[in-house]
Amino acid sequence: MTNLPQTTSTLPVSGLKSRVLRHKGMMIGSTIVVFVVLLALLAPLIAPHDPYQQDLLNRLKPPVWDPRGSWEHIFGTDHLGRDYLSRLIYGSRISLLIGIGAALISGVIGTFLGVMAGYFGGRVDMVVTFLITVRLSMPVVLVALAVVAIVGGSLQVVIGVLGLLLWDRFAVVMRSSTLQIRSMDYVTAARAVGCSTTRILMTEVMPNVVNNLIVIATLEIAHAIILEAALSFLGLGVQPPLPSWGLMVSEGKDMMLFEPWLITIPGVALFALVLSVNLLGDGMRDVTAPENRN
Amino acid sequence: MIAYAFKRSILAILVALTVSMISFSLLYISSDPAIAMAGETASDADIEAIRQLYGFDRPIVVQYLDWLKKAISGDLGKSYYFRTDVSHLIAERLPTTMTLGLCAIIFAIGLAVPLGVASAIRPNSIIDRVALFLSVMGQALPSFWFALILIVLFSVNLRWLPVSGSDTWLHFVMPTIVLGYYAAPAIMRLTRTGMLEVLSTDYIRTARAKGLRPPVVLFKHALRNAIIPVVSLAAVQFGFMLGGSIVVETIFALHGAGFLAWESITRNDLPTVQGLILAFSLFYIILTLIADLINAWLDPRIRIS
Repeated sequence: MTNLPQTTSTLPVSGLKSRVLRHKGMMIGSTIVVFVVLLALLAPLIAPHDPYQQDLLNRLKPPVWDPRGSWEHIFGTDHLGRDYLSRLIYGSRISLLIGIGAALISGVIGTFLGVMAGYFGGRVDMVVTFLITVRLSMPVVLVALAVVAIVGGSLQVVIGVLGLLLWDRFAVVMRSSTLQIRSMDYVTAARAVGCSTTRILMTEVMPNVVNNLIVIATLEIAHAIILEAALSFLGLGVQPPLPSWGLMVSEGKDMMLFEPWLITIPGVALFALVLSVNLLGDGMRDVTAPENRN
Repeated sequence: MIAYAFKRSILAILVALTVSMISFSLLYISSDPAIAMAGETASDADIEAIRQLYGFDRPIVVQYLDWLKKAISGDLGKSYYFRTDVSHLIAERLPTTMTLGLCAIIFAIGLAVPLGVASAIRPNSIIDRVALFLSVMGQALPSFWFALILIVLFSVNLRWLPVSGSDTWLHFVMPTIVLGYYAAPAIMRLTRTGMLEVLSTDYIRTARAKGLRPPVVLFKHALRNAIIPVVSLAAVQFGFMLGGSIVVETIFALHGAGFLAWESITRNDLPTVQGLILAFSLFYIILTLIADLINAWLDPRIRIS
């Protein structure tokens, strides 16, 4: 047993690393995502000012690249004199929290429904497919706005509402992946040996659908981030004075003709984060299943 | 075909009933609607009067069935804020939203199908890459922000288009671009994969071998087959657009159903919100039903499974 042949090069894992490194979109995406996550985690250390500290004498200071700008406020100040860069940095916390929180809730719901439908088929599948159809026929933005308006806007409510609304893609993908796995020989074998259903689901099915799950979760994080921004923009998401990026665009839009950077800066931040999370998700799909490309 | 159409219609009705139940129960997650309607300064007697006037004192199932019976006959109740019939309000605003939706879906198809076909003819060419780039961008661009940037660019700086309102066709240009741009990526991808698949089939090779001119092969033989799934996707996207119209109509102050949704939500006008959720969902359900039936009619394999 000492002379094991060198088989490492044929293992799928070894190809994975080089595939990741060669995937340009994924590298760009993950770099920006890591950067934003670090910003969010280290916000109190990085932010030059208190994001809630108002300074009415220094309202609407332009950013540093404007001739009137100064290094004191690199991205200028908003209509209440709050440092824009600090608000932007703290805002990343809200976007990430909502994205991850909503994706966690919807992931649990969607995975449960999808795996059940795919594994048991028959009546269970019928019910789940029906639920997916019902969910798809209800307009997300309208229902989310209505619920937030009725219950009241807060971080928890927005996470909860989006979590309860965005499970459809999880359910659809988990259902079809489980359907594929169910007919595999090793699942039949496990059943023949007498494994319990729970055990088969946990040890045979889940490990084989987890790749798809991670990809969908990433894409849904991006989806939730952009929806939160839209809700906050309409005034029915995260409430002031929290520095949500969507809220920052909303607060800046009345002054956008004279101070366009008020909407450009948070808009670009939002765009960059959502784009990079999407690139990361698309990249993970390409890398984990190269045969599925196109 | 008739059996399939029957089964599919039953499903649509069941979905519609479930949606109606959900949109009805929305009223009840907000504690007591009578208190919400009466306002903060109302006395207990006022609240009780409202409760009896609107029938909130009856069992919830009775209220639902009553509401459903009226909803089926087209009576969605009275708006708390506008003081008129909700169905009238919606009927009044819907044409604007439909116009916007139609313009947007035509814009999306006009943009996406040629790009999809072009990138399928030459995979990995510059056009293919540009199309991919546009679709990745489109998914990450927040619609409200895109709308504001367009306003700054075309209304303020270039002064080509009006900022807001719904009086002339010029008012529809920017909303159409914003709304249509989001439907385009999905349609483009489906056109591309469909065309790639069809172009590699034997009958296309035969058509080419017969010496047919490339445009004839491409449009008469290939695109006609590749476009079938695109039709149903476009229907679904059209349904989703109504939801998206809330953001777009609010920004451009386009007086359609989406703007009505925002107005009634910010004013706690629950009957109108309920009515709109029901109307938007019904529209989507009917659209997908029609799309499925057309598909089944075009492709016999769907009917049988």
